Amino acid sequence: MNHSQAKATREKNMDSVGLMIGWTLRIGITMSSLIIIFGLILFYAEGQSGYEADRYPTHIKDIMQGCFALKPYGVILMGLLALMLTPVFRVGISIIAFLIEKDYLYTVITLIVFSILIISFYIGRMA
Amino acid sequence: MSLLVIKLIFVAVFAGIFGSVLGLGGGTVITPILTLMLGIDINHAIGASLIAVIATSSGAAIAYINDGITNLRIGMFLEVATTIGAITGAFLAGFVSSSVLYIIFGLFLLYSALAMLQKKKAEKYDLNRGKSLANKMKLNGNYYDKNLEKEVSYHAVHVPAGFGVMYGAGVASGLLGIGSGSFKVMAMDLFMKLPLKVSSATSNFMMGVTAAASASVYLIRGDIDPQISGPIAIGVLVGATIGTKIMQRMKSKTIRIIFVPVIAYIAIQMILEGLGWKW
Repeated sequence: MNHSQAKATREKNMDSVGLMIGWTLRIGITMSSLIIIFGLILFYAEGQSGYEADRYPTHIKDIMQGCFALKPYGVILMGLLALMLTPVFRVGISIIAFLIEKDYLYTVITLIVFSILIISFYIGRMA
Repeated sequence: MSLLVIKLIFVAVFAGIFGSVLGLGGGTVITPILTLMLGIDINHAIGASLIAVIATSSGAAIAYINDGITNLRIGMFLEVATTIGAITGAFLAGFVSSSVLYIIFGLFLLYSALAMLQKKKAEKYDLNRGKSLANKMKLNGNYYDKNLEKEVSYHAVHVPAGFGVMYGAGVASGLLGIGSGSFKVMAMDLFMKLPLKVSSATSNFMMGVTAAASASVYLIRGDIDPQISGPIAIGVLVGATIGTKIMQRMKSKTIRIIFVPVIAYIAIQMILEGLGWKW
């Protein structure tokens, strides 16, 4: 009884928006954690970071170069970058999801949030 | 070297559980433990706590959305306020010294703890107040409470006040590198009168976006140290998954009771550290 009630509530709340956001998060989390774990294994197996002592890349271009060169710190940071970008992708996917649901009010609200996020990334690059 | 990884993962699993149950994001726990117990530089600790917040947010959201606890529309609506606040805060952070950061962080935590205490004896409120705005913005919903074993319906009140507090939460997040979850939970629980579990889950959900808004600033400044943030991310993801299972079966009152003393204790430690007192 309680079980079926819980399930009914869940199904009502699980519109396509919830489903699409859920899958975006699942993919983002799985990808980033696998990359980070791989980087950590590399770091402890090789016993060095691929960079000079206490140095590591801080710009997206350098992180990607380090990752593709399989430098341990580069790989870990690539995974962390994927983790940081997951919420941004989540917001982007939400715009499409609300549009599919024909919820135009929330399509606009989500577009505003997405624009602010993009602006913040540009500000970060300038700082 | 490898001992540090084990310590970091252990701390992170704890922070992930803690953050996903209370809606704090885990940053609140990570920063003081890394600086006070593991002797890690405050800037690297803040960078790691930012990663912890993003990991808790996305990790916990998978379960909370699936179970219908998170209110996606309320979250999205309030994210407008928190993201604008986060940009404001990130700009201010470059001009404030690390001991001042400690003191601000501490005072902010102490304030949240006191506010949560007061909520325990919160008075009854008029359910119809602000209902039209909440309805217009679709700030209502229902969820199945596994502890009460029944469906709980709710709608938001005092929407403008909640929106304002959320802006403040965003500023704190950008300034301190934490999701300032206590501020967010407070805005929804205390001001908008939403159920605590919905407030906690929705706060967790929003936090990733607020943190991501200031993440690039911290990345470029070199605060995200891979040796520290990497293990933290993994541990927190594990912890957040465990936390979502625990939280849904807990009494709301229990969640509130755990919240207050922990926050107050950490707050006082941080303030003393900021004042230059060593332990």
